[in-house]
Amino acid sequence: MGIAHEHELHQRRRGRNIGVGLTLAAFIAIVFGLTLVKIGSGDFSASTAPQGAESGAGEVQSGN
Amino acid sequence: MSDLTTNTAAPAVRASEYDAQFGDYFALLKPRVMTLVVFTAFVGLLAAPVPVHPFVGFCAILFIAVGGGASGALNMWWDADIDAVMKRTAKRPIPSGRVEPGEALAIGLALSGFSCVFLALATNVLAGGLLAFTIFFYVVIYTMWLKRSTPQNIVIGGGAGAFPPMIGWAAATGSVSVEAVLMFCLTFMWTPPHFWALALFMRSDYDDAKVPMLTVTHGRRSTRKHILVYTILLAALAIGTGFTSVGGPIYLAVALVLNVLFLKGAWDIFRRDETMSEADNFKTEKSFFKLSLLYLFAHFGAILVEAGLARFGIDLLGGF
Repeated sequence: MGIAHEHELHQRRRGRNIGVGLTLAAFIAIVFGLTLVKIGSGDFSASTAPQGAESGAGEVQSGN
Repeated sequence: MSDLTTNTAAPAVRASEYDAQFGDYFALLKPRVMTLVVFTAFVGLLAAPVPVHPFVGFCAILFIAVGGGASGALNMWWDADIDAVMKRTAKRPIPSGRVEPGEALAIGLALSGFSCVFLALATNVLAGGLLAFTIFFYVVIYTMWLKRSTPQNIVIGGGAGAFPPMIGWAAATGSVSVEAVLMFCLTFMWTPPHFWALALFMRSDYDDAKVPMLTVTHGRRSTRKHILVYTILLAALAIGTGFTSVGGPIYLAVALVLNVLFLKGAWDIFRRDETMSEADNFKTEKSFFKLSLLYLFAHFGAILVEAGLARFGIDLLGGF
């Protein structure tokens, strides 16, 4: 059963609750956005190079 | 010292009778100081020769700003007792009773951890580490140690405010170079004359709070000399920066004009005595303080313009 009468306390805290809510929403948006950017730029990707390519790279390095 | 148990500040409003609003918590983060942090970090980030994804750059500046704000909250928590004594700071959230000291401590610690970790995740570990060191430097070295023990408090403590452009640079490049150090030095050398001018016309505040500002420990004549000497050193550094890769013709023009004005202001302060200052209500000292704000913003603004021109391949001196 919901609270029928809004206490004065709720009114006083409304501004604070809205501020905290918006901050949390912004935090979620930032984490989501950063994740998209990082995935898009390949920062989180595991090595997808085929095994042969890895050994090839090693040969090039050792040849320097 | 101000801690949770010995804080004797007499709040104007009892915390139990007042529900802190979101704005009260935001005020803990020293939003006005944050503008300087945001702007100089932004310049450091854009002046770096490595392009940064716009969203990552935005997040980096945001986390640096939050870290700066967190250190401000911790500073207010520790300094609540002297903030209550000084007119300039008596209306801050803790001494005015709008926020409990424990809340400021919790917010400061939480945001410190959050900002450093997320800056490291968004950019690199060096930037996150530099931000962590900056918070440590401001809260522990400056606020807890130097501020109440030595008149050199703001000389050394100014380092904390000088780190943001270096962090911005590190966020973009993953390293610290000569240019980043020069931007650090510019803010570092600017801080003492800026605060000593403030101390000259806010004398009673620091006297009342027993903060050993130079005006209190060495006298006002000595403070005027110090302002002049530091301004000469700052001018040499600021103009010299114009000949490095972050400088250029626009920066040099801005630096020349502003440093001539700044030197004149420092010279005028040096020539005045207390009788003259009190006669016109510290007009020259107040003008110098206002000019110091413009001085720093204009120098970093010029670095930003130079970086923008370089990014678009515009060379005003035609390859000079």
